[in-house]
Amino acid sequence: MPLNSKIPQGELSQKWTTYKSTCKLVNPANKRQLEVIVIGTGLAGASAAASLGEMGYKVKTFCFQDSPRRAHSIAAQGGINAAKNYQNDGDSTYRLFYDTVKGGDYRSREGNVYRLAEVSANIIDQCVAQGVPFAREYGGLLSNRSFGGVQVQRTFYAAGQTGQQLLIGAYQALERQVALGNVTQYSRHEMLEVVIIDGKARGVIVRNLVTGELERHFGHAVLLCSGGYGNVFYLSTNAMGSNVTAAWKAHKSGAFFGNPCFTQIHPTCIPVSGDHQSKLTLMSESLRNDGRIWVPKKQGDTRKPNEIPVEERDYYLERRYPAFGNLVPRDVASRAAKERCDAGYGVGSSRQAVYLDFASAIERYGKIEAGKHGNHNPDAETVRQLGEEVVKEKYGNLFEMYEKITGEDPYKIPMRIYPAVHYTMGGLWVDYELMTTVPGLYALGEANFSDHGANRLGASALMQGLADGYFVIPYTLGNYLADDIRTKAIPTTHEAFEAAEKKVKERIETMMNIKGSESVESFHKRLGKIMWDKCGMARNAKGLAEAIEEIKALRKEFWANVRIPGEIKEYNPELDKAGRVADFLELGELMCKDALYRSESCGGHFREESQTEEGEALRKDDEFTLVAAWEYKGDSNFELHKEDLNYEVMHLTQRSYK
Amino acid sequence: MEHYSMNLTLKVWKQKNTKTKGHFETFQVKNISSEMSFLEMFDVLNEQLIAEGKEPIAFDHDCREGICGMCSMYINGRAHGPWHHTTTCQLHMREYKDGDTIVVEPWRANAFPVIKDLVVDRQAFDRIIQAGGYISANTGNAVDANSIPIEKHKADEAFAAAACIGCGACVAACPNASAMLFLSAKASHLALLPQGDPERKIRAVNMVEQMDKEGFGSCSNIGLCEASCPKGISLENIARLNREYLGAVFGEGGDNA
Ligand SMILES: Cc1cc2nc3c(=O)[nH]c(=O)nc-3n(C[C@H](O)[C@H](O)[C@H](O)COP(=O)(O)OP(=O)(O)OC[C@H]3O[C@@H](n4cnc5c(N)ncnc54)[C@H](O)[C@@H]3O)c2cc1C
Ligand code: SF4
Ligand code: FES
Repeated sequence: MPLNSKIPQGELSQKWTTYKSTCKLVNPANKRQLEVIVIGTGLAGASAAASLGEMGYKVKTFCFQDSPRRAHSIAAQGGINAAKNYQNDGDSTYRLFYDTVKGGDYRSREGNVYRLAEVSANIIDQCVAQGVPFAREYGGLLSNRSFGGVQVQRTFYAAGQTGQQLLIGAYQALERQVALGNVTQYSRHEMLEVVIIDGKARGVIVRNLVTGELERHFGHAVLLCSGGYGNVFYLSTNAMGSNVTAAWKAHKSGAFFGNPCFTQIHPTCIPVSGDHQSKLTLMSESLRNDGRIWVPKKQGDTRKPNEIPVEERDYYLERRYPAFGNLVPRDVASRAAKERCDAGYGVGSSRQAVYLDFASAIERYGKIEAGKHGNHNPDAETVRQLGEEVVKEKYGNLFEMYEKITGEDPYKIPMRIYPAVHYTMGGLWVDYELMTTVPGLYALGEANFSDHGANRLGASALMQGLADGYFVIPYTLGNYLADDIRTKAIPTTHEAFEAAEKKVKERIETMMNIKGSESVESFHKRLGKIMWDKCGMARNAKGLAEAIEEIKALRKEFWANVRIPGEIKEYNPELDKAGRVADFLELGELMCKDALYRSESCGGHFREESQTEEGEALRKDDEFTLVAAWEYKGDSNFELHKEDLNYEVMHLTQRSYK
Repeated sequence: MEHYSMNLTLKVWKQKNTKTKGHFETFQVKNISSEMSFLEMFDVLNEQLIAEGKEPIAFDHDCREGICGMCSMYINGRAHGPWHHTTTCQLHMREYKDGDTIVVEPWRANAFPVIKDLVVDRQAFDRIIQAGGYISANTGNAVDANSIPIEKHKADEAFAAAACIGCGACVAACPNASAMLFLSAKASHLALLPQGDPERKIRAVNMVEQMDKEGFGSCSNIGLCEASCPKGISLENIARLNREYLGAVFGEGGDNA
């Protein structure tokens, strides 16, 4: 099947305007007859459901947590980008577009990214109207900060809790629609199958996680807003429940999976402390605005950080990338940390960490504050106190979180950080309208393969999720449903519903009946280790080929030996987790296959065989300026479809942050 | 930090479902590292139970970063345990020493029925928000974000109230099982902003009415909610809401005051 991305014709800056003014519309009376299913209530799902409800569609939302407000978007810390140019520092729609395409290492679509940059400003307006309390200046206007990989200040934030505030805004808009009767919400429900009738997505099978009962729900269209799949690595910064199941079921029902191997490893996370570790905690990238990253110049130096004089420290990012210094993009910063640790310069008891040091920032801010108070010759203690206050105002909650987890005070001792899996750029392949290869089945937010190419810039996921939900899907869905106004709701007794439910039921029963001896958790950990070792920050052909075999073997073992306690028809978190891990065990294989196919390095995907003499990532534009979209063909069998990426405006260059 | 390992006795509430009665069960866990989080200690216990062919203990959790509001354990008589301004998931085992006994219960409130073991149903909170915890702003109608300047201290105050994670610890800690801290945090967040001002009276009235309907108790100013709140939501919010509510019901204060 040829892949049609449906990018509108015309000049880049006019494409979305043209689309909006020519797409089909559904009249209000007809909207009331049209039902839409939204899986997921994170930023993408909640914003979509609220907007579609307002427009008059009959919407049902589903999430597996106990409330829509707890979706993983809640954990986003640092901020959200928008091309407002409030700081008058030269920002524009074009510049945000340019930074995003460049940051993504030229593996995203120009048309999509331009639209994203275009609607970014509306997002901020919308959120402020909903009461999102963004940080403000004394003059009462909105405050901005800069984020990695760019040279303007375009990031809006609410302390270190931006995701929380944005999600609460979208959640409240959603609850308002629930109150108005336009949206019905189902919490503690997990989607386990898409129902396809005459080639179109027409509903879902979900499991009520409290009672264990399966339910059928019809929809004229189905929107998957189910988030990313970073937890395939077991340890990641994602919430414990984040999973690929919804996207994977869609994939197995015909939706292509785009660039599955594109994973973002975030440079600043709290390092692993032991085998018991259940998740990793992010320390927002915004910290790199003020923190300096270093390791000792001497290998295996065991002195305490404060005992190592400045001359004996290697501020390796500032050394290697003088133009961007500590603000290089995430993939570059992560690889540089790994390089130092692998070469024996790592710190902390595990030696798998580098320092993120705020001493200089505390001193700098302290002096400025003292100056403001008219104290031009302050003593060191005064400077430190004043400086700490400034740092606290900016990052207080992150410092507190660090101290709770490690028991160390980052105001006094540099933080220890190490890269961790954070985000998945890959996801369900979608066209310009956010539709997957299954008609009527859409993917929004982190669940789609998205606008971030091979690497996402900081503060751009929140932007994308809300752009998709508030400003894109309300138009593109109408364009599809306009042709569907004569389709009556299909009764869920239809044979396709029967068959889908039967499939889900049998799979659950098979899993429960294995009654083996190894826990779900243990399989998940083992899978994570294979993925991290062989499909993590650096990848090579040999390792990937091995990983594919190891995953297959592990999957076989899982289906022969997993032990799931409890019963099907009750609240049973182990059973929920088992289904998710079973899907990760299939996805992992596809990720390795995709990584093996893409023999270039680009963005977060680093193939050791493809690097420059200085060890920087080397792209192969002739061969790989494309999206790898995989079609499911049965067990371990995936067929590759290529979507060529055409750059009309941007010139492809090797990224340089030197 | 010196790390150490410990053996502990856990007395945990077990309850099969909403309809059955629950009881305490005692468990032993060994070699718990002081570096673990409280929930990682529960992971260890659950893995042990599964290996022994027993049922693990059900508990709610997701982000494990103190922000989603899902985790909810009542530990040795305190909602979210002993640490100030800390959720259960952020509590770490260096708080405990070898040989300690820890008693763990679910949130207890009529409005939060137990689903299983330590898991409760908090959908009543969603319904309180549905009753008015929002600003009526449709998508696409918004004016430029900087067209309404907001004093920094007001914005900061609104943010402080908006930091509520909806965990329900305030309810669990309150002898009356009142939801006033949660409710007032939302009402304050919105009322403090010019965007939320027009609806502030009706919001207060409707949310309070819903709270009563859900079977939460009434507030008698004890203050245990504030003490247990992981996000430092202040009692000030309750005072503000009371003014708002009285103003709305008796026509005092508010817009014309
Ligand atoms: C710690 C952390 C910090 C971050 N900080 C930032 C930041 O500062 N700026 C930024 O731009 N981005 C940040 N990100 C990335 C960003 O938060 C996410 O990419 C984004 O929030 C994803 O939103 P979403 O709506 O696509 O999915 P999510 O918020 O993950 O929501 C997924 C939803 O789908 C539901 N769901 C999933 N599967 C099923 C199923 N089978 N059945 C029913 N429901 C299901 C879930 O219940 C949930 O409601 C951060 C990410 C992390 C991990
Ligand atoms: S007010 Fe505090 S304790 Fe109550 S729900 Fe909100 S965060 Fe939890
Ligand atoms: S698990 Fe999210 S707040 Fe504790």
